[in-house]
Parts: sequence; structure tokens; C-alpha cells
Amino acid sequence: MDERPLRLVVPSPVDRLARTLEALLVVASQPLSAEDLAVAADDDLDRIETALATLFETYREGRSGIVLEHVAGGYAFRAAREEAEACARLFERPAERGLSQAAMETLAVIAYLGPCTRPDVARIRGVAVDGVVAGLVERGLIAEAGREPGVGGAVRYRVTPLFERIFGLESLSELPRLDDLGGEPEQIRARLHAVAEQRGA
Amino acid sequence: MLARQLDLDLDAFEGPFDLLLTLVLREELAPADVDIAAIVLAFVERLAERDRLDLEACGEFLVLVSALLELKARELFPDEEVDLSELAPEEAAEELARRLEEYRRIKEAALWLSERLAAESDRYFRLGPSPLAPRPEVRFLPQQPEALAAALRGLAAEPPQVSLGHMALRFPPVSLFLERFRALLRRRRRFDFDGEVEGLSRIEQASAFLALLELRKGNEVQIEQSQPFGRIRVARVEREETAWTSARSA
Repeated sequence: MDERPLRLVVPSPVDRLARTLEALLVVASQPLSAEDLAVAADDDLDRIETALATLFETYREGRSGIVLEHVAGGYAFRAAREEAEACARLFERPAERGLSQAAMETLAVIAYLGPCTRPDVARIRGVAVDGVVAGLVERGLIAEAGREPGVGGAVRYRVTPLFERIFGLESLSELPRLDDLGGEPEQIRARLHAVAEQRGA
Repeated sequence: MLARQLDLDLDAFEGPFDLLLTLVLREELAPADVDIAAIVLAFVERLAERDRLDLEACGEFLVLVSALLELKARELFPDEEVDLSELAPEEAAEELARRLEEYRRIKEAALWLSERLAAESDRYFRLGPSPLAPRPEVRFLPQQPEALAAALRGLAAEPPQVSLGHMALRFPPVSLFLERFRALLRRRRRFDFDGEVEGLSRIEQASAFLALLELRKGNEVQIEQSQPFGRIRVARVEREETAWTSARSA
């Protein structure tokens, strides 16, 4: 006589799909878009979103050592923040280690105004940026993105998905508006005008 | 030859090179109007007229023409920035404020990024090359496992014993033939060598021949051969003693 208990709970197809997505996300080394997942899982986009919602519930801070996140335009697993200390003992983080002030400013120009060229960055920062740009390319935080139109046009740069991932950005639209930054422009303006009036007089 | 004294005949200017430079530097002549290729050509032509390469003149020319080229490039591709010194004080202040504001915003953005980076420093994730590139599919023709098994079985079989027979050629002892020929000669006075060795192997025949030579050496036999490769006839040598005994017995 068969002793096995009667199975009352049959896994729903969405659970099955969620398992497939888990597998895809664990083998990927970069964020996968919902479209990527739909193609690989051979399923439709709506069901992917539903399955992802169940995964977000399973893999969240405080519940699992692995956390699912929406980052750099896709979905990816990362380590839970609680486990950062252990991870730090295992891994270095060369991409963002020791970024200088010059590198951060260059990165900011390219993140906000990119794709843009080295002369564009130099114009704003007022100094040559060749070395800084080369360093950021080497770290994989920026990459070439075509050239300026015309013969011998300067190379344009943009930030990479790695940049978004390291800074924890879903997309560049998450950056604060440039107009909201900069402090007290009117104050500067007033001071400069005061100096100008003195000289003009 | 001095590069500075190079005579030029250009559309915009006629005279020595150093005067051209002076005029350009005093902004009495627009660098954009100067045909630099023509200057280089004039210099190269002058250079070609001489037997020896004047390195000093070449170096000087290179420095001067580079400076001129830089001036021209700057004028042809003007920085979009306005030269502040050319503006009225109010305009200059406005332009400076615009630039400072732009830079200040970027500085703030950099600060925001730095803070963000610090806040996100506990993010750890897998980094590596993308595994997403599709791998080319290698298609094999339909395979027959039986054929593979048969091939492997052939390889797995014990290899046949290699014959070492050829490595140990056995020579029949010469003594065997010595005994045989002596016995023969006791019965008969002479015999035909070829007839005796007929049907033996080459090795045996060689051994028999060595025995024959041995008998000849001991003066036990006489050997005759009427022609090369002819039949060898062997005759017993009658010893004196033997001859005497046989004579007496006769």
C-alpha cells in the first residue's frame, strides 16, 4: 500500500517560473532586464513581473542573505547589507576604491551631460582631464560612446551599468536634478556684479 | 641658412618668416589667412637646394612653424568660451557667474555621488564577464554507439604475441657435419658435397660448408671443383699409415 501522504498543495506555475528566474539571476553577472528574463525563461512579460514580485518578497533585507534589487535597468542579486562585513573580508572593490575629487567631478559631468567629450569635461572643470578619464575607463565606470560628428571628432563617453550598480541607481533618472544643486547662485551673482561695478566705475 | 630668414611669397604676406611671425603675434595679420602648408613647402624646397641637411635650421623651423600652427588652430577652432577680457565688466561678471554656477553644480553633484557611494559601500554583488552571449551550437551527425563500441572493443583486445623467432637464428653446430662427413668418408672414398647437403636450409648448408673447410684444414680431405659454382667433390686423403695397412692387407 502506498504510504505517501496525498499532496494537497500543487505548486502553481508562477512558483515554477519564479524558480526559473532565480536560476537565471544566480548565474548572471550583470542585471537582467525583464525582457532578458522573459526571453530566457520563454514566458510572457506579465507573468515575469508577477514571479519577480514573489522573488522580491523572498529575497529582501532582513529575510535572506541574498537580496533581489532593481538596479541599472535590470534585476540582480546582491549580498544583504548585513553581510557586507563578511563580504569585505572576502572581496576588494577596486572599481570605486580611492576615487579622487577630480574623478568624482569628472564622473558627475559625464553622468549628467554624457555622452560628452574630454574637452566638454575640461571646459567645465577648467583643467585637463585626460588622465582622470583614462582612469575611469580602466575602472569600468565610464565607456566610449561614439564620436562627435565630423572627421576626427572627439571620443564621447558615458557612464556604464557598473556605475549605476555601484551607486545603487535604478537608472540615471534617479540622480538629483542639476538645477536643484549648486547652493546659492544668486548670492554668487550678486557678489560678482558688485565687483564688476567697482571696476567699471 | 636660418629658418627665420626664409623668404616667403604667400597670398597674404610677402617677406621673411620672422616678420610674418612678428605680425601674427602683434595681431596685425590673422593666422587664419596664413597658408602654413605653403610655408612648409617653401622651406622644404630651400632645404632640397642644399647638399647637406641643416639640422639646426630644421629644428628651428619646426619650433617656429609649430607655434604658428597652434596660433592658427586656436583661431580656427575658437573655444566657445568668451574671452572675459573683451567683455564689459557687467557682461564679464555675468559670464563668470554662469561658469562658476555650472561648475558649482557639478561639484555639488560630485559631492552627492560621494555621499551616495559612501552610503552604498555595503553593496556587494557578483562582477564578471557576461555569460549572456549565445554560444555557437555544434551539431554532430547522427552517431551509432554500436560502431563506437566495436571500435573500442578492437582496441581493448589483447594484442597478438610478437614473434621473436628471427632474433634467435639457430646455427646447427659445425661439429655435427664434421662427424657426419667423417663417417661418410669411412664408408666411401669420395662424395659429392652438393648431393649431401641437398634439401637442407641455407643455414645448415653454410654450417656444412664450414665443416668441409675444417676437414680440408686438417688435411683430411681433398676438394675439387671443376668450375666456379660447379659441384664440389670431396675425396678422402689416404694417410700413409692407412695406405700402408691397406697395402699390407692387400
